[in-house]
Amino acid sequence: MFITKFLEDIGRYFILMGEVFRRPDNLRMYWIAFARDLYTLGVKSLGLVCIISIFVGAVVTLQTALNLENPIIPKYYIAIATRESIILEFSPTMISLILAGKVVYNNASTLGTMRVSVQIDALEVMGVKSASYLIMPKIAACLIFNPVLIVLSMFLGIVGGYFAGSITGMISSTEFIDGLQMDYRPFYIYYALVKTVVFAFIITTVSAYYGYYVKGGAVEVGENSTKAVVSSSLVLIVANYIITQLLLS
Amino acid sequence: MIRVENVQKSFGDNHVLKGIDATFLEGRTNLIIGKSGSGKTVFLKCLLGLHDTDEGIIDYDGRILSEMSKEQRRKLRLELGMVFQGSALFDSLTVEENVSFPLKMFTNKSKAEIAERTNFCLNRVRIENANHLFPAEISGGMQKRVAIARAIVMNPKYLFCDEPNSGLDPKTAMVIDELIKEITEEFNITTVINTHDMNSVLQVGDNIIFLADGKKVWEGTKEEVITTDNEEMVNFVFSSELFKKIRRAARKEQNLP
Ligand SMILES: Nc1ncnc2c1ncn2[C@@H]1O[C@H](COP(=O)(O)OP(=O)(O)OP(=O)(O)O)[C@@H](O)[C@H]1O
Ligand SMILES: [Mg+2]
Repeated sequence: MFITKFLEDIGRYFILMGEVFRRPDNLRMYWIAFARDLYTLGVKSLGLVCIISIFVGAVVTLQTALNLENPIIPKYYIAIATRESIILEFSPTMISLILAGKVVYNNASTLGTMRVSVQIDALEVMGVKSASYLIMPKIAACLIFNPVLIVLSMFLGIVGGYFAGSITGMISSTEFIDGLQMDYRPFYIYYALVKTVVFAFIITTVSAYYGYYVKGGAVEVGENSTKAVVSSSLVLIVANYIITQLLLS
Repeated sequence: MIRVENVQKSFGDNHVLKGIDATFLEGRTNLIIGKSGSGKTVFLKCLLGLHDTDEGIIDYDGRILSEMSKEQRRKLRLELGMVFQGSALFDSLTVEENVSFPLKMFTNKSKAEIAERTNFCLNRVRIENANHLFPAEISGGMQKRVAIARAIVMNPKYLFCDEPNSGLDPKTAMVIDELIKEITEEFNITTVINTHDMNSVLQVGDNIIFLADGKKVWEGTKEEVITTDNEEMVNFVFSSELFKKIRRAARKEQNLP
C-alpha cells in the first residue's frame, strides 16, 4: 500500500517535470514571473540568512574554542574547524533546510490555492502551459539565487566567528586569519555549491509537486503544504548523504 | 459549430454522462440545463478537453477533439473562451492585468494596442474605473463581468460559461445573461452556457438541452419550453406553483390546453 503510493508519487513527479520543462510561449512573460519569484523566494530571505549565519558562525567558533582548550593544540585550529564546518555543512545544508521551510511552504500554498480556485484550469483553457509557466521561473530563481545566499552565508558565518573569537579573547584576529588560510581546499566550495544547487532543485520541484496536484479546498492546501515541507526536508537530507559519499569519499 | 455525439464519462463507478448527442450553432446561446449534480460541469469540461471522455465524438467545425495532438489542442484553446463557475480570476493580478493576460502571453501586440483592446472589452462588459483593483476588491457580479471580458479578449470562436449568473441577484443575473447573448450575436460566437436558472432559460435560451440522470431528456428553444408536454422538463423549469400558474397563463394566450 505504502510502496504503491510511493511509486505513484515518484511517477507523477516525473510526469510533472516533463510538463515543467517545455518551451515557453512567451519569454517576456516568463522573465517577468522569474523576476517576481527571484524577489519573493530569494531577496526576501536575505535578512534571515544574514542573521542566522552571523550568529551560528559565532557559536561554532566559541564551541570549538571551548573544546580545544588544550595548550598543545595551536589556536589557529579553531579557525580551521570553524571554516570547515561552515563551508561543508552549516551553510549549504542548514541554510538550505531553513530555506526549504520558507520557500516550500510559499510554493506549495500558492500553487495549491491556484489549483483549488481553478486558476490553473483557467490558464490551461487559455492554452497556457500552466506547469511550465508557474513552476519553471521558480526553479530558475532558486537555482540562481540560492548559491548567492549560500556564499553570502559562508562569508558572514566566518565573519561572525572572527568577531566572536576576538571579542571573547578566545582567539586573536591574526591567529584566526592565519587559520583561515591554512590548508585551504577550493574543492570544498565546489562541493558546497553542488549541494546547494541540487538542494535548490529539490526544494522547488518537490514543493511544486505537492502544490500543483492538490485536490479539495483550503484544508487540503494546508495539509499538502505541510507534507511538502516534510518530504522535501527528508529528500534533502538523503541527497546530502549521497552527494557527500560521491564527492568527498 | 460544435457537434457532440454519444459522449460518455465515468468517474469510477459513477457513470455521470451516459451518451449525449447535441449540436451547438454559432451566433446562438446554447443552454445546458439540469439539476445540481446532473453533470453539466463535467460535460463542459469534456467539451474543453479538461476531462478526457470515455466514449464519443466532440467535433469543433470538423476538428475532432480526441484525434488532436496536445499541440493541436493548445492551438484550439486559443480560439475559445471560458467563464468558470467561480470566475477563476487570477487573484494576484489586477482587473486590467487579468483581461490583458492572454494578449500578453499569445500576441505580439504593442502596449498601446493591448491597452486599447483591454479597455474595449472592459467597456463592453460595462466595467469602468476598476482597472487597477484586485479581484478581491470588486463584487461578485463585477468579477463575473471581468471574467467575461477576459474570455472574449482574444476574439474567441467558441465561448463557454459555467453558471455565469449563480450567486447574483435576479436583476444582475439578467444583465449578465443579456450581455452574453449580445456578445454572442455581435461576434457570431458559438456559446454554450450551463445554468439551472429559470430566468436564463426563458430569457436567452436559443437552444436548450436538458440533462437528467446523465442523458439528454429534452431539447428545444425557449418558446418551446412553454408548449412542451415533457413532464420532467416542465417540472424542472416550472418548479414552483407560481411558475406553473405563469406557464398555464402563457399557454392560454397561445390557445394551448
Ligand atoms: N473530478 C471528479 N471526480 C469524480 N467525480 C466527479 C468529478 N467531477 C464531478 N464528479 C461527479 O460528477 C457528478 C456531476 O457533477 P457536476 O459538477 O458536473 O454537476 P453539475 O451539474 O455541474 O452541478 P452544479 O449545478 O451543482 O454545478 C457529481 O456526482 C460529481 O460527484
Ligand atoms: Mg457545475
